[in-house]
Amino acid sequence: MAAYGIDVDILIVGAGPAGLAAAVAAKEAGIDNLVILEREDHPGGILRQCIHNGFGLHRYNEELTGPEYAQRDIDRAEALGIDIRCGTTVLSVEADHTVTAVSTSRGLETYKAKAIILAMGCRERPRGALGIPGSRCAGIYTAGTAQKFVNLEGFMPGKKIVILGSGDIGLIMARRMTLQGAKVLACVELMPYSSGLKRNIVQCLDDYGIPLYLSHTVIDIEGGERLTGVTVAKVDEHRMPIPGSEIHFDCDTLLLSVGLIPENELSNQAGLEISPFTSGPVVNDVFESSVPGIFACGNVLHVHDLVDYVSQESTEAGKAAAEYIHRESFDGKNVQVMDGNGVRGTVPQKILLNEEKKVNLMFRPSGVFEKAQAVVMQGDTVLVKKRAQIFTPGEMVVIPLDTTKLSGEEPIRVSIEKV
Amino acid sequence: MEKQIVCINCPLGCRITVTMDGNEITKIEGNTCKRGENYARQEVLSPVRVITAVLPVEGSSVPVSVKTAAPVPKNKIFECMSEMSKANLKAPIHMGDVIVPNILGTGVNVVATKSVE
Ligand SMILES: Cc1cc2nc3c(=O)[nH]c(=O)nc-3n(C[C@H](O)[C@H](O)[C@H](O)COP(=O)(O)OP(=O)(O)OC[C@H]3O[C@@H](n4cnc5c(N)ncnc54)[C@H](O)[C@@H]3O)c2cc1C
Ligand code: SF4
Repeated sequence: MAAYGIDVDILIVGAGPAGLAAAVAAKEAGIDNLVILEREDHPGGILRQCIHNGFGLHRYNEELTGPEYAQRDIDRAEALGIDIRCGTTVLSVEADHTVTAVSTSRGLETYKAKAIILAMGCRERPRGALGIPGSRCAGIYTAGTAQKFVNLEGFMPGKKIVILGSGDIGLIMARRMTLQGAKVLACVELMPYSSGLKRNIVQCLDDYGIPLYLSHTVIDIEGGERLTGVTVAKVDEHRMPIPGSEIHFDCDTLLLSVGLIPENELSNQAGLEISPFTSGPVVNDVFESSVPGIFACGNVLHVHDLVDYVSQESTEAGKAAAEYIHRESFDGKNVQVMDGNGVRGTVPQKILLNEEKKVNLMFRPSGVFEKAQAVVMQGDTVLVKKRAQIFTPGEMVVIPLDTTKLSGEEPIRVSIEKV
Repeated sequence: MEKQIVCINCPLGCRITVTMDGNEITKIEGNTCKRGENYARQEVLSPVRVITAVLPVEGSSVPVSVKTAAPVPKNKIFECMSEMSKANLKAPIHMGDVIVPNILGTGVNVVATKSVE
């Protein structure tokens, strides 16, 4: 098949903020034969439907809406003449760098790339993964699907809404549905804390008097063809419903906002090693996966809460892919990065010992820790510390590590401890 | 009178109590840093929000997304929404176009945040 392949230096899957930033960086590093394949008819990724403001505070020092943030990257890519092929779905990525894709305009195509950057973003956990009992009626959507309906298609999925899960998308949709004329009755969260940003709790729920039920869950769903109500109950410390605590809501819509996971179908298929903690590929500090020449960045690698960090990380990945083409490999010694106490899914999982540099270690706290510090250790030596008033699972922590502090190949460990 | 404010400026989310005597603030407590104090003062005296929305566009199957170009008083959110929905929009619309000038006399324009052809 490769004989018929279209030869490119770098092939990028996905034209969201990750794919766009990677493409711009690679192009600026001198790679001209570069293509982005994007499934949707427009570039921009998930930001196209995130019409609320709050994007870009770190990168531009101003608050943009999602479409405005995306447009800046699209304009940059277009100014550099980057070839973005929309309406093109990548069907497979092989470890030998063969990529097959399909589009209505060009049919089935095979590409052969020197380097590949995966930037497919993430997907929402579906209802099936939740195991809520009750009838399978219409009126149950993931929050992101509802967001797409309302913001891109101008269609309201319901009038009386209950939201399960207090992730940011659910909170943002609580406000959106309210502003567009629906009544949001409750936001229900299984955990004793919300995984959403404080700002969203205040500005999306409190501002509109929408109650947040912590340590509660939906235990029953009623309705025939269409949802007519849900029953919510308080849960104990083992997350089991407490009898007698039931509250009933008459509603026509239930939105699920119960978490995001990297879109890893192509990553699995290409045989990349996947981290059980991030659910994305295992990468080194230049964002190269376990298969040489295949890179990953953005939400396909690990779920971010700030797009600014997505852009930053993807710029690094784009530069690295360009460098890979010039030097043909990133072989050499490396140091493993391990999760310690209170830490989940540190990215990167490996640091190459090829040169002196600063590496951003990114992870999510596994719980809420007040007055604590994140510590990076190699053996008994402390390499960096970062104190904070609070660490929560809702906010990714970034710790810059100066690699001149590393000695030898002994693994390093990131953990959170009380101070 | 006391007002409770949750600070949104960092994940700590301090619960700040603002004590008022009529329209004057007499005490601000519960904040951990100065940013919290400033935020609480603003939230009590004149809370403001940027409003974003989607509006239908005549002759287009997709709606346009809009925002207030600056924050507007929080108590005018719903009034702004109903004012915006009166706008008669026709394609093409370009990102940045003014959709409603000086909404409700606030001095703030409502602008498009995407283009609709
Ligand atoms: C609802 C929501 C609200 C958010 N709110 C904020 C906020 O307020 N502030 C903030 O800073 N960040 C926010 N974020 C986070 C930010 O939007 C994301 O971190 C960012 O969009 C991730 O970029 P990405 O390029 O990795 O993924 P995406 O934007 O998801 O882009 C991935 C692209 O890959 C394409 N693709 C996938 N599979 C294929 C395939 N097989 N073939 C071809 N193309 C494919 C998709 O169509 C998509 O265009 C929010 C995210 C969501 C979901
Ligand atoms: S008062 Fe200071 S420390 Fe407390 S939430 Fe606000 S910004 Fe954070």
